Amino acid sequence: MEQPAVPSDPVEAEAPPPPPLPPRTAYRHRLPTRVWHWVNAVVVIVMLMSGLMIFNAHPRLYWGQYGANFDTPWLHFAGRPFPGWATIPSTYNLAAARRWHLAFAWLLVAGLIIFLAISLWNRHVQRDLAPRAGELAPRHIWDDIREHARLRFPAGEAALRYNILQKLSYVTVIFLLLPLMILTGLAMSPAIDAAWPWLLDLFGGRQSARSIHFICAFAIVAFILVHLAMVVLAGPINEVGSMITGRFRVPPERAPR
Amino acid sequence: MIDRRRFVIGGGSGLLLGGCDRLNNSPAFRGVLRSAEKLNMGAQRLVSARDALAREYGEGDMSPVFRSNGTSMPNTDDYARHLEERFANWRLVVDGLVARPLSIPLRTLRTLSYRTQITRHDCVEGWSAIGKWHGPQLSRILDFAGLSTRAKYIVFHCADRFGDKPYYESIDLVDAFHPQTILAWGMNNHLLTVPHGAPLRLRVERQLGYKHAKYVQRIEAVESLATVHGGKGGYWEDNVDYEWYAGI
Repeated sequence: MEQPAVPSDPVEAEAPPPPPLPPRTAYRHRLPTRVWHWVNAVVVIVMLMSGLMIFNAHPRLYWGQYGANFDTPWLHFAGRPFPGWATIPSTYNLAAARRWHLAFAWLLVAGLIIFLAISLWNRHVQRDLAPRAGELAPRHIWDDIREHARLRFPAGEAALRYNILQKLSYVTVIFLLLPLMILTGLAMSPAIDAAWPWLLDLFGGRQSARSIHFICAFAIVAFILVHLAMVVLAGPINEVGSMITGRFRVPPERAPR
Repeated sequence: MIDRRRFVIGGGSGLLLGGCDRLNNSPAFRGVLRSAEKLNMGAQRLVSARDALAREYGEGDMSPVFRSNGTSMPNTDDYARHLEERFANWRLVVDGLVARPLSIPLRTLRTLSYRTQITRHDCVEGWSAIGKWHGPQLSRILDFAGLSTRAKYIVFHCADRFGDKPYYESIDLVDAFHPQTILAWGMNNHLLTVPHGAPLRLRVERQLGYKHAKYVQRIEAVESLATVHGGKGGYWEDNVDYEWYAGI
């Protein structure tokens, strides 16, 4: 049955504003991104902790082709620097740590390759990760740094896109740090060095590759710490939830100041 | 508050580690991890030419001091006697699955044409040292002996002992016949010193240091490693679960 037209009521105009719309949700993370994120979360932590155990076996780093106890390290710890809570396994065991490290390395490599292939194909890289024209302007980056420093995170539509600092950090991890971890790891293999001697030239020797491996590992630790801090500050339930379900509750636009 | 936070962080880390340690103690999980060794070996062999050479360096690239590792002085009476005799009666026995078992005096081995190579020694612990090695190719010795077609592995029996266990190592035929795989009697233009494996050690340049058996007394060609000592192909493999394939 047709409703009769409601006659305009002068009282209506003075009624309080309607209650705010229920928060809008949006699909933010596609399935391949989410799967890779969580697989990698486990794999990277295992790689880091087993790697620290391996480092404990010879806690010195050198530049160049060779480096051992009588040579001059650029970084040198006494004893076994990394405590049990930071290593896999938790008590000294080089053989077991190598088993973990060299098995999970396959998941790291396979995960990265599959993620990159899918993300180029579904245009996640081109659309979401690649900085757009203008975003790399110093002015824009500086504004984004200021917004981050004030803990003012994007709201509304802007929250659905990565901001430039996010893009730069994700691109650095995906296209620089993880590939460097893998290549420097391979450069420490005497068999791979025979097959692909260019790796030794690329990094300036096996001990340089080992140093770069360690530096990149700590750059990834720094990324993880900042990443976790940002998740907590931006609203951990919404952020973690969106990485599980894909759906993100869009923070409402802030009132202009 | 801080105590509580520390408790929470400590508890979280403890839970994670407890889980990892438990997994590490699970035979099934260790079996999964161990399967990566075959994957690593298969993949490395796949991308390597059979005779791909390890890099050979120049004189100027050599480590000023080449540290030793593992046994620095085999603690047996037998070895002490050989050392006193300056290895005049040291022999290399070649037996197992060979047509002509041999017992080659060290002085004869030193008269064979030899290879000199300046290569990098990579320890499983992470350090590297570059040194110059002199010795005949293992392939020549195996050809003298005439390997049986059943032979799949070459086992190196050593004069040194770890506790009550003899040191030994093994490689397959791909590495045994690699041009840089030599039985070195010399290092850095001198005869080998005791800490570096005098009078004879293996160099297998595409694998980690623990594969480079020192104080080699006997080479045995076998079809399977299962019947040799602990069955995993080497002292470290048997006793601490290092990988038999040490290409990475």
